[in-house]
Amino acid sequence: MLTALLILLPLLASAAIITLKPSMGKFLAFATSFLVLVISIVVAFHFDKNETNPQFSIDLPWVTSLGINFSVGIDGISMLLVLLTTLLMPGIILSSLNDASKPPSFYSLILLMQSALIGVFTARDGFLFYLFWEIALIPVYFICLVWGGENRGRITLKFFIYTLTGSLFMLVALIYLYYQTPGTHTFAIQALYEAGRALGETQQVFVFVALFLAFAIKMPVFPFHTWQPDTYTVAPVQGTMLLSAIMLKMGIYGVIRWLIPVVPYAVKQWGPVALILSVVGIVYASCIAIVQKDFKRVIAYSSIAHVGLISAGLLTLSVVGMQGAMIQMLSHGIVVFALFYIVEIISERTKTRDLSHLGGIRNVAPMLASVFIVVMLGSVALPLTSGFVGEFLLINSLVQYKLWIGSVAGLTIILGAVYMLRTFQKSMSGETNAMTALLTDLNYHERLVLFPVVILIVIIGVYPGPLLGISETAVTNLLSLYSTISASVK
Amino acid sequence: MNALFVICGIGVFSLLAEVFNLKKWVTLVSFGGLVLAVAVMILDWSAISYYYHGMLFFDRFAIAFTCLILIISIFWYWMSGDFFKGEAHRTDKSALVFFVITGALMMVAFNNMAVLFLGIEILSISLYVLAGSNKENLFSTEAAFKYFLMGSFATGFLLFGMTLVYGATGSFNIPAIANFIAGHQTLPRFLYVGILLMMVGLAFKISAVPFHAWAPDVYEGSPTPITALMSTVVKIGAFAAFVKIFSVCFVRFDHSLAVFEQGIMVLTLIVANVTAVYQTNVKRMLAYSSVGQVGYLLLAFSSDNAHSSGIIFYYLSAYAIASIMAFTVVQIIETKRGSANIINFHGLLKSNPLMAMAMTVSMLSLAGIPPLAGFFGKYLVFTLSISKGFVVLTVVAVITSLIGVYYYFKPIVAMYQSTGQPISVSKSQKVLLSILIFLNLLTGLFPDLLRVI
Repeated sequence: MLTALLILLPLLASAAIITLKPSMGKFLAFATSFLVLVISIVVAFHFDKNETNPQFSIDLPWVTSLGINFSVGIDGISMLLVLLTTLLMPGIILSSLNDASKPPSFYSLILLMQSALIGVFTARDGFLFYLFWEIALIPVYFICLVWGGENRGRITLKFFIYTLTGSLFMLVALIYLYYQTPGTHTFAIQALYEAGRALGETQQVFVFVALFLAFAIKMPVFPFHTWQPDTYTVAPVQGTMLLSAIMLKMGIYGVIRWLIPVVPYAVKQWGPVALILSVVGIVYASCIAIVQKDFKRVIAYSSIAHVGLISAGLLTLSVVGMQGAMIQMLSHGIVVFALFYIVEIISERTKTRDLSHLGGIRNVAPMLASVFIVVMLGSVALPLTSGFVGEFLLINSLVQYKLWIGSVAGLTIILGAVYMLRTFQKSMSGETNAMTALLTDLNYHERLVLFPVVILIVIIGVYPGPLLGISETAVTNLLSLYSTISASVK
Repeated sequence: MNALFVICGIGVFSLLAEVFNLKKWVTLVSFGGLVLAVAVMILDWSAISYYYHGMLFFDRFAIAFTCLILIISIFWYWMSGDFFKGEAHRTDKSALVFFVITGALMMVAFNNMAVLFLGIEILSISLYVLAGSNKENLFSTEAAFKYFLMGSFATGFLLFGMTLVYGATGSFNIPAIANFIAGHQTLPRFLYVGILLMMVGLAFKISAVPFHAWAPDVYEGSPTPITALMSTVVKIGAFAAFVKIFSVCFVRFDHSLAVFEQGIMVLTLIVANVTAVYQTNVKRMLAYSSVGQVGYLLLAFSSDNAHSSGIIFYYLSAYAIASIMAFTVVQIIETKRGSANIINFHGLLKSNPLMAMAMTVSMLSLAGIPPLAGFFGKYLVFTLSISKGFVVLTVVAVITSLIGVYYYFKPIVAMYQSTGQPISVSKSQKVLLSILIFLNLLTGLFPDLLRVI
C-alpha cells in the first residue's frame, strides 16, 4: 500500500500544481516531496532486512486482456534507490527557489518525474517497468527543452531519440519474453524470469543485447555516452540533477533487476565484454574530464567515469561488487547533486562556467569553498567520505575478478583526484578576478540544501553499516540464484 | 442501420435548407443528428443483423467502426465551426460533409461489392468538391483537380477488379464470393488479377505507398477542416473496407496476399516517414504522417488478418483522436498566423499553453510515446506481429517509428522555444481540446475500454 502511495502522491500533486499560482505551486511541490520523504523513511524503518520477498507490495489487475498488472513492491535493492530519490527531490526543488521565474508547470514536471522514478524502482511487472521507464523520460525532456541553454532543441532531441532507441529494443525484448510465458501470457516479474531462464543460448544472447542496450544508453556506458555531456551541459541545473543523480541509476537498477536474473547464461557469457567497456569508459571519461574548460562538463565526464566503475563492479557478479554498486549509487547521487548545485551557484553569480575565468572564490565565499572541499573529497573517494565505501568495495571486487582490470579501474581514484583538484585550483584558489570578486557566499536556501548533503556524505562514510544492511539480503539472494542457474548451464 | 438513415437525412435536410430558408437550423440539426446517430448505434450494439437482402451487414465490426466514425465526426464538426461560417454555400458544404460520412458508413457496413462501390463513390465525389471548396485559393483548386483525376483512376482500377471477381465467382455478395472461392479448387486466373486490381484501388483510398502520391498535395491544398476529415473519417472508412474485403472475401489467399501487403507496408513505412522528416509545413507533415500510420495498420493486418480487427480499431481510434487534436491546433494557427509553417509554431507555449499542450499530447501520441493512446496502438501492433513471427518487419516498423519521433518532435521543439504573441481561442475550442486530451490519456491508460471487438 505504502509503495503505491509513494508513486501516486507525487503524481496527484503534479496534476494539482498546474492549476495553482506560482508561489502556491512551489510550496505544494516542496511540501509533497517532503511528505514523500517522510513516508519513505517510515517505510525504511518498517523494512524487514531479512525478508527475501518484496515488501509493502500491491498487485492489482490493470489491462487484463494483455496480462498487465499494477504490481509494485520494495525489496532491499529498491529500498536504497527509493530512498535516494525521495531524499534528493526536496533538495532539487529547494535548489530552484532562488529563481523566481520557474512557473508551476516546472514543479509539476519534477513531481511527475519523481513518481515515474519511484515506479521504475519498485515495479514488479515488466510492462509497468517499461511504462514508468518511458514516462520518466518525458518530464526531464521537457524540463531541458523549455528551461535549457543554447542549442537545447537539437541536443535534447538527440538525447530523447537516443534513449528511446534503447528503450524500444528493451520493449521488443520484453514482448518476446512475454510470449515465452506459459498459458495466457503475463508480464509478472517471476514469470518473465522463468521464461528468460528457459530460453536457449542464442535467444538469451539476443534478449541480453536488447536489454543491455537500453540500460547502457541510460547509464551511459562507453561507447553509448555521446548524448550525455551535451545534455548535462545544456539542461537547467535541476534537469542535470535529475538526470545524473537519479535517472542514470535507472540503468544500473535495470541491470540488477531486469538483466542478471532474466538471462543469467548470457550475462555469464557476455558480461565480461560489458565489464571491459565500462572500464574503458572509466579511463576515457576521466582523461577527457581533465582537459575540460567548462566546470559543468568536468562533472558530466566525471559522472561517466563513476558510473563506469559502478557497472564494472556490478558485472563482476560478486556480493562485494554489487553491494559496492548499491552504496556507490547512493553516494554518487548525493555527491553529483551537490556538485552540480555548486556549479549552478557559481555560474549564476558570475555568469560563467569557464574555469579559466574563475579563481579565488575561496577568498570571497569561504563557506562555499569549504562545502565544495567536502563534496569534492566525497567524489574522489577519500576515506571517511561516502565515496570511499563504495569505490573501495567496487575496486576490491574488480581486483578479485582480475588483478589487471582492478588496477586499471583503480586509476579512477587517481585521475578523479587529478581533475577534481585541478577544478578546485582553477575555481576556488588563486587570485580573485573581476568576475569572482563580487561573488557572495551561500544564502539561506543554499545552506539548507548543502549542509544536510555535507553531513550525509560524512555520515555514510563513517557508518555505512545500516545502508549496506538494507540491500544485503536482496543482493546475496539474487547472486546465489544467479550462480546456481549459471552453473547448471554448461 | 438507423444511424445511416439519420446521417443521410441530415444531408438531405441541409440541401433543402437552402431552398426553404432554414439555414440557421443547419448547425443545430447536424450536431443533434450526429449525437442521435451515435446513441442509436450504441443501442443497436447487440442487434447483429442484415439489411436489404444482405446488402448491408451490421456485425460487431461494422457497429464499432460506425460508432467510431460518428464520434470522430462529432469532434470534427465541433472543430470546424469556422468552415461553415462563411456567407456562401454553407448548406451545400454541410450536405457534402454528411454525404462523406454516409459513404464512410457504407464502407464499413457493406456486405456486397456494389454497396462498397456506392459508398466509395458517394464519399469520393463529395470530397472532390469539398477539397476545392476554397475557390479563391489556387492550391485548393489544384487539390480538388488532382484528387479528382487520381481518384477516378483508382476507382477505375477498383471497378475493373470487381467486375473480374464477379466474372470469376458470379456474385457481388461478399460471403457468396468467399464460399465460391472456398468451394472450388481451380479458379480462373483472371480472379487473381481482379483481386490485385481491387487491392490497388483500395490502397489508393487508404493512401498506401506507392499509391500515395496524391495525398500530400491534396492534404496541403484542401481547406484544413477537409484535410482533417480526410485523414480521420475517410481513412477509418477506407481502412475498414480494406480489412473487410481481404479478411472475409479473399481470406483463402491470406498468405499470398500478405506478401503484397507487406511489400506495400514496408514501402509505406519507409517512404512516408523519411519524406515527412523534410517537411517544413506542419500540415504537409501531418499528411505524410497519415500515410505513414497506414504502414503500422498494414503490419497488424498482414500479420494476422483474421484477428487483427480489434487492434486496428484501437489503433485507428487513437490515431483519429490525436489527428483531430493536431488539426484543431493547425487550423487555429492558420487563422491567426497565416500558415501552418513550422515557424508559426514558435513560442506557442507562451502564446497559448493549452494549444501547446494539446499539440504536444497529439504529437507524442502519434509518435507512440507512453502512456498515450498512440503508444498502446503501436504496442498492440508490435506484439501481434512479433507473436506471429514477423520479427524483421517489426524491427523495420520500430526503426521508422523512431524516425517518426524525429519529425513529430519538430513542432514540439518549436513550440517550447522563444516567445510569441498571445493567441486567444474561443471557449468551445478550449473545451474541445481539453476533452480530446482527456480522451487520449484515458484510452492510453485504460486500453481495455476500446478493445470491444
